[in-house]
Amino acid sequence: MIGADIQILMPEVVLAIYAMGALMAAVYTTKDGMAPLLTWATSGLFVLLAVWIGINGQGTNVAFGGMFVDDAFARFAKITILLSAAAVLLMSEAYMQRRGLLRFEYPLLVALAVVGMMVMVSAGDLMALYMGLELQSLSLYVVAALRRDSVKSTEAGLKYFVLGALSSGLLLYGASLTYGFAGTTLFSGIIAATADGASLGLLFGLVFLLAGFAFKVSAAPFHMWTPDVYEGSPTPVTAFFATAPKVAAMGLFARVVHDAFGGIVGDWQQIVAFLSVVSMFLGAIAAIGQTDIKRLMAYSSIAHMGFALMGLAAGTAFGVQAMLIYMAIYVTMNVGTFAFILGMERDGRPVTNIESLRMYSKRQPLRALAMLVLLFSLAGVPPMVGFFGKFYVLRAAYEGGLAWLAVAGVIASVIGAFYYLRIVYYMYFGEEGEALDGKMNPVLWTFLMASALIMVVGVVNLFGIEPMAAAAAATLVQ
Amino acid sequence: MTVFAFIFYLFAVTTIAGGLMTVVSRNPVHSVLWLILSFLSAAGLFVTLGAEFVAMLLIIVYVGAVAVLFLFVVMMLDVDFAELKAEMARYMPLALLIGVVILMQLALALGVWGFSDGVEGRVAAPQGDLENTAALGLLIYDKYFLLFQLAGLILLVAMIGAIVLTLRHRVDIKRQNVLAQMYRDPAKAMELRDVKPGQGL
Repeated sequence: MIGADIQILMPEVVLAIYAMGALMAAVYTTKDGMAPLLTWATSGLFVLLAVWIGINGQGTNVAFGGMFVDDAFARFAKITILLSAAAVLLMSEAYMQRRGLLRFEYPLLVALAVVGMMVMVSAGDLMALYMGLELQSLSLYVVAALRRDSVKSTEAGLKYFVLGALSSGLLLYGASLTYGFAGTTLFSGIIAATADGASLGLLFGLVFLLAGFAFKVSAAPFHMWTPDVYEGSPTPVTAFFATAPKVAAMGLFARVVHDAFGGIVGDWQQIVAFLSVVSMFLGAIAAIGQTDIKRLMAYSSIAHMGFALMGLAAGTAFGVQAMLIYMAIYVTMNVGTFAFILGMERDGRPVTNIESLRMYSKRQPLRALAMLVLLFSLAGVPPMVGFFGKFYVLRAAYEGGLAWLAVAGVIASVIGAFYYLRIVYYMYFGEEGEALDGKMNPVLWTFLMASALIMVVGVVNLFGIEPMAAAAAATLVQ
Repeated sequence: MTVFAFIFYLFAVTTIAGGLMTVVSRNPVHSVLWLILSFLSAAGLFVTLGAEFVAMLLIIVYVGAVAVLFLFVVMMLDVDFAELKAEMARYMPLALLIGVVILMQLALALGVWGFSDGVEGRVAAPQGDLENTAALGLLIYDKYFLLFQLAGLILLVAMIGAIVLTLRHRVDIKRQNVLAQMYRDPAKAMELRDVKPGQGL
C-alpha cells in the first residue's frame, strides 16, 4: 500500500533524497567548494521536476488515505513554485559567491523548503498541512539569517522565527478546535462535518487557522515581520521569500478554504475580504514613505497578496482561477524586479537606496526600460500583463458579489501606482546623482529582460496559462 | 467528588498555577522550575486520560531535556531580565486587555461547544486492547508514515540550520590528533645522548 502511495508523491521523494544525498556528498568532499555546482544542480532538478509534473500529472490521485492530494490545482502551484525557485537560485549564485555567502547548505535548504511547499499545496489533512508548513518555514528562518555576521540579517532571522512560531501556534490552536468539532483532521471529513453549518467553536478554529495563513502570506494585519525580514535578509533570499513561499502559502490558503471549508463559504468570505482590503491599502500607503527598495518591495508584496486574496474572497472557481493567474504573473514580475535589484551595485557593493537610481536611464537605457516595464506591470498599468492579473481578480470579486471590494481594489491600486511611478521618475527625470556600476551579471540581465519581455508579449494570450488555471480551479472548487 | 475527579482537578490546578508562576516569578531560575512543575502536572493529566506513553514522553523530553537546557541557558547567558520585564510592563495594560477579550471569546465559544453531527463515524476507532506504545507504533509507521518521514525532514533542517548558523571553522586552534598520537614512536621521538662530564651537547 505504501508503495503505491509513494508513487504518487514521487517528485517530493526525489527532491528530498536529492537534498540528503547532495548534503552528504558536499560534507564529505570540498564542502563550500561544491556550492556553485549544487546551486546549478538544484535549480536544474527543479526545472526537471516541473517538466515531469507538467507532463506526467493526470487526474486526481490521493495518497496515504487522503492526506496527500495530487490534483491539477496542486500541479499548477507546484510548477509555479519549482520554476520560480529555480530562477531565484540561478540569480543568487554569483551574488552570494562574491560576498562569501554561498554555503553549500543554501541550495539544499532551498530544496528542502520547496519539498515543504509541495506538501503544503498538496495537503489533504491538517497534520500534513502543518508538517509541510513547518518544513518550509524552518528552512526559511535559517536562510534569512544566512549572513550570520550581520546584525540585520540575524535580526531578520530571529524576528521571522519568533513571529513564525507564534503564528504556527495560532494555526495549531485553530486546527485543534477544528478537529474537536469535526472529529477528524482530514479535509474530506471536515467538509462533511460542516455540511449543515458551523458551530461557534468551529468558527473560532477557522479564524485562528486563517490568522496563521495570513501571517504566512504576509497579509495585513499580520504583516509586521515582512519589511524587516525583507530588508535584513541577503537580497537573493529576499527574492526567494517574495516568490515561491507566497505561491505555496496562497495555494495552501485556497486549498483549506475550499477543500475543508467549502461548505461554509459565507463564514470565511468576510474574513478573507477583510484581509484583502486591509492588505491592499496598507501595502499601498505604507510603501510611499520608503527609501529602501527592499522594504518597498516588502510593502508591494503585502499589497499584491491583498489582490490575490481578493480573488479568493470571491469564493468561486473563477476566483481561484484569478488568484492562480495573479500569483503566476506576480512571481514572474518579482523575479525580474529582483534581478534588477540584485544588479544594483556601486563599487561592487550592493546598494538598495531608491535615490541611487537617479537618471539611471541615461547610463543604462535598456535596463531602465526593462525596469520601467516591470514597474508599470507591478502597478497594473494597462497594456502590461500585470494589468490583466488585477483585471481577473477584480472581475472575480465583482462576479462573486463583492463589488465594494473591487472598487476598493481599484482605489488601492491607484494609490499604489504612486510609489512605482516614483522609481520611474527617479530613473528618467530626476537630477543626476552618484552613478551605479555599469556592468551586470549576464544571468541577472537575462532574467530581467526575459521577465520584462513576458510582461509585454504575454498580453497576447498570457502564454496559455488561463485554461490551465481554469482546470486547476475546477478540481478544487466543486 | 470521586477520586478520579479529585486527581484531575489537583493536576489541572497545579498546571495552571505553575504556568502563572512561570510568567510572574521575579527570578528566571524559579520560572524554569515552575515550568517543570507545570510539565509534570500536565503529564499527570495525560495519565488520567490513559495516555501513559505521551505522559512519559513529556517527562523525558520536556522535563528531562528541554527544561534542563532552559535552566542552563538561563544560568549561563547574561540576560538582563529586569530590563526585559520593564519593557514588558509598558505593554502590560494592552496585553491584559487583549488577553481578557480573547479569554471571554473563548469562554463564549467553548461554553456552547457542540460536536458536529455524525462525529462518531469520523473519530478514529480505538485499536482494540493494545497498549499505547504498540498502538502508536502501528499508526506512525503505517497510517501516518508520510507525517513521520516529514517530521524527520524537519529535524534534519533543524540540524542543518544549527550547524549553518553557529559552526565556525577556525584555523588557529590546535586539535587532538589521535592517530598521530598512537603512531608516535618513542624511538623516533626521543634521542638518548650520552653527555660526557665537562662537555656540552
